[in-house]
Amino acid sequence: MREYELVIIGGGPAGLAAAVAAHEAGLRDILILERDNELGGILNQCIHNGFGLHTFKEELTGPEYAGRFIEQVKKLDIPYKLNTMVLDLAADKTVTAMNREDGLFQLHPKAVILAMGCRERPRGALSIPGCRPAGIYTAGTAQRLVNMEGYMPGRKVVILGSGDIGLIMARRMTLEGAQVQVVAELMPYSGGLKRNIVQCLDDYGIPLKLSHTVVDIEGKKRVEAVTIAQVDGNNRPIPGTEERYECDTLLLSCGLIPENELSRSAGVELNPITNGPTVNESLETSIPGVFAAGNVLHVHDLVDYVSEEAGAAGRQAAGYIAAGCREEEHKALPIKCANGVRYTVPVAIRPGAAGDTVTLRFRVGNVYKNKKVAVYAGDACVFSRKRPVLAPGEMETVILKTSLLTDHPEADGITVTLEEA
Amino acid sequence: MVDIVIIGAGVSGCAIAREVSRYKADVLVLEREEDVCCGTSKANSAIVHAGYDAANGSLMAKLNVEGSRLMPALSKELDFPYENNGSLVVMVSEDDRPALNKLYENGVANGVEGLRIVERDELVRMEPNISDQAVAALYAPTGAIVCPFGLTFALAENAARNGVRFQFDTEVTGIGKTDGGWKLSTTRGDVEAKVVVNAAGVYADKLHNMVSEDAMTITPRRGDYFLLDHSAQGHVSHTIFQLPGKFGKGVLVAPTVHGNIIVGPTAIDIEDKEGVATTQAGLDEVRAKCGLAVKDVPLRQTITSFAGLRAHEARHEFFIGEVQPGFVDCAGIESPGLSSAPAIGVMVSGIVRDILKLEENPNFEAKRKGILDPKGLDAEAHAALIRENPAYGTVICRCETVTEGEIVDAIRRVPGARSVDGVKRRVRAGMGRCQGGFCSPRVMEILARELGVDQSAITKAGAGSELIVGVNKDAI
Ligand SMILES: Cc1cc2nc3c(=O)[nH]c(=O)nc-3n(C[C@H](O)[C@H](O)[C@H](O)COP(=O)(O)OP(=O)(O)OC[C@H]3O[C@@H](n4cnc5c(N)ncnc54)[C@H](O)[C@@H]3O)c2cc1C
Ligand SMILES: Cc1cc2nc3c(=O)[nH]c(=O)nc-3n(C[C@H](O)[C@H](O)[C@H](O)COP(=O)(O)OP(=O)(O)OC[C@H]3O[C@@H](n4cnc5c(N)ncnc54)[C@H](O)[C@@H]3O)c2cc1C
Repeated sequence: MREYELVIIGGGPAGLAAAVAAHEAGLRDILILERDNELGGILNQCIHNGFGLHTFKEELTGPEYAGRFIEQVKKLDIPYKLNTMVLDLAADKTVTAMNREDGLFQLHPKAVILAMGCRERPRGALSIPGCRPAGIYTAGTAQRLVNMEGYMPGRKVVILGSGDIGLIMARRMTLEGAQVQVVAELMPYSGGLKRNIVQCLDDYGIPLKLSHTVVDIEGKKRVEAVTIAQVDGNNRPIPGTEERYECDTLLLSCGLIPENELSRSAGVELNPITNGPTVNESLETSIPGVFAAGNVLHVHDLVDYVSEEAGAAGRQAAGYIAAGCREEEHKALPIKCANGVRYTVPVAIRPGAAGDTVTLRFRVGNVYKNKKVAVYAGDACVFSRKRPVLAPGEMETVILKTSLLTDHPEADGITVTLEEA
Repeated sequence: MVDIVIIGAGVSGCAIAREVSRYKADVLVLEREEDVCCGTSKANSAIVHAGYDAANGSLMAKLNVEGSRLMPALSKELDFPYENNGSLVVMVSEDDRPALNKLYENGVANGVEGLRIVERDELVRMEPNISDQAVAALYAPTGAIVCPFGLTFALAENAARNGVRFQFDTEVTGIGKTDGGWKLSTTRGDVEAKVVVNAAGVYADKLHNMVSEDAMTITPRRGDYFLLDHSAQGHVSHTIFQLPGKFGKGVLVAPTVHGNIIVGPTAIDIEDKEGVATTQAGLDEVRAKCGLAVKDVPLRQTITSFAGLRAHEARHEFFIGEVQPGFVDCAGIESPGLSSAPAIGVMVSGIVRDILKLEENPNFEAKRKGILDPKGLDAEAHAALIRENPAYGTVICRCETVTEGEIVDAIRRVPGARSVDGVKRRVRAGMGRCQGGFCSPRVMEILARELGVDQSAITKAGAGSELIVGVNKDAI
């Protein structure tokens, strides 16, 4: 097997954008490995539109959006292998993969970009009590069946979790002729985008019950009924609030988990909050030369940001290889999260290694109104912006001028926080 | 008229079928579900108990110790996963010392080898995550773990290889005496047999009571579990029980042969023989108890929870024997039924052989090769396999790295997988952390192709559990 300088694991939007950007930065020796039978990742099953408003200034469907990047990859002649599953990544960046044609093979690239995306949290991980019949699907599995294969997984549906995929599937199932009875959400707020709640639930009269969860599933062979109940402040069901819905299907949209089994096997350090690698401003993980972007790093709600982030990872990987895989020592400023900021990507910034600006992405842990997002270098406030509403379902972005950090050489760290507006 | 009908294709029925296939006889296994291993045999702790628990002198004690002794050689002969990891019964209060000693003595009397009591220092060395209140433990080096599906499928396939026939989706609904034996009414017509073996698990009382005046009652005793992801692997290496005592009866924490951790079970008597639904209270009980003997059990890494039903008879004993001429019970097979299965097979086949005066089957083939798992091959052999059959290069289940080659093998076996769950239990596709989210649509495609049916006919676990109900917009 011929060797490549850069191997990108995953051919979804993140992997594609990283490949294109690395090529544009001058790197020619790139290989994308994708386990599915086509490029495009999870976008291939997202046939609704609303993608690309930021990147292309027009509304595209998921496959159309992915198609733009796939075209570029093909035009630039960037090689890729489909139906190729990466089985292992070692700390020395040895990649072990497998497919029908090449069998089991190993590659020894100079740099690796992790772009494996995420998976959905299944019923088991939620420990929902009850029977275990047919008719319980994650929203993404149902999306695949309906959108790619044209099959109806059920007729009368209850949805648990108000993640974006669940919301979008509430509308899709309705349009395909199913009856979506209710969406129950454990938290007192939705995990999805506001626009999806309006366009997918409100427009179809589907009720959203916040602070509710599923407490029982009935049916030996196929789901026959689902009981939901309200929960208290500790997320425990409140007796007496049960409501039973006769249905044949329960869809779950209860969160996405970054696919970091390979990262773990390589010894890449992971952030317990995001379940993704900890990266610096260059999107480089704890292993030099291993970069990460997209949903494998942290779950995104908009693919535009995935592409943007992955483009940066691609450029950084190209730069790393061009510099002979050597990195200079730079002072790193760790980032602390405070007052409702749950995590940040990156977790540290090396002002000396950063370009003119650094992009900080983060999520908050609750719904907040009329707050200010503030960034401190040491004790000095270097950024502040008013936000009328912040919600866990919407990722926040701050673009920081690097000079603001170098202006404060005394600072040992950075803090991202929410303050009263 | 067939010679022998075995009712139930759980581990007991399959072990009996396999042992009976050593003789020349026409054997038919009738099973109400769509596959082998759909009853209690699919939902248990998967422990090969060493045999110190059951009361000395009981049949249960005898068959357990024998079964545990037979298991290692059987696992080689029939190629199923078995691991001799040893077990520990942990005492968390000095007050319980007499009970621990009693357990030790009972084990010695039962003939369990190598038993000894280990004190805290040694215990901590053996299991660094043992709880802070653990004082001492009974160590059984012969304790082991097994894949309950692997064991049951291995027995069934080997029985089938030796001529036993399996008929699924067939429930026995009535039994009547005839001149030369028994007439069984089933949901798919009548069957006549010279000898009937009742290995119907939680339903064994119903069948028994159809032929015997001496009524039997089997109470389903439910056990709820959590199963944790591979990432929890290594939290414990032995099977860790908690000695019933001052703090009640605990739950076990054990590794599985596939590198997961299992935590449970509860013991809740219920009425419904189909009541395998978990409950909030049951799961909460497991949560609350698992920390007694083992600390920091990573329940956050749960990938599934489930429940199984013990076929409990009030006397807590196995009932094996000819209760009417030509009608053989294999009832009350609660835990340690899995451990005892090899010995149950030998015992029941002996009874049947004597009734029918069976001769040896000269063509009996004792060996069975399991479904090839390419992960166990070295790089060269693995590469050669994919060259020869590229289906082994296509990964279908990403979490457990199961290839199309393995799934096709599972479907083509006899008895083979016909449902998504059938595939799952044979090759673990869908048993990983995403629980089939990615692979179930692909497994359905392969099943449809191999079985020559439409995808809409593919079920999760037999008729009534169809996964697809139609095509888009067909109801509009
Ligand atoms: C079900 C679902 C529905 C969504 N719907 C929307 C939506 O409606 N609107 C929106 O804006 N965003 C949506 N998103 C989010 C958006 O699509 C994602 O942000 C984006 O697809 C993430 O891109 P990615 O490249 O990081 O991951 P993915 O698109 O998941 O791509 C990762 C790729 O890596 C491959 N891969 C993983 N592991 C390996 C391996 N070991 N070997 C080889 N290849 C591997 C995967 O097969 C996959 O193709 C959705 C996400 C999901 C999961
Ligand atoms: C919670 C729990 C934990 C356990 N842990 C262990 C352990 O760690 N170690 C151990 O050794 N044992 C354990 N056991 C016990 C062990 O699982 C059982 O003893 C064993 O699986 C029983 O097998 P069986 O074949 O007798 O019953 P089953 O597996 O229940 O098989 C009976 C079969 O008969 C079929 N059937 C019933 N009625 C009819 C009918 N009328 N017509 C046709 N078919 C019919 C059923 O569908 C079923 O497939 C545990 C059990 C439970 C519930």
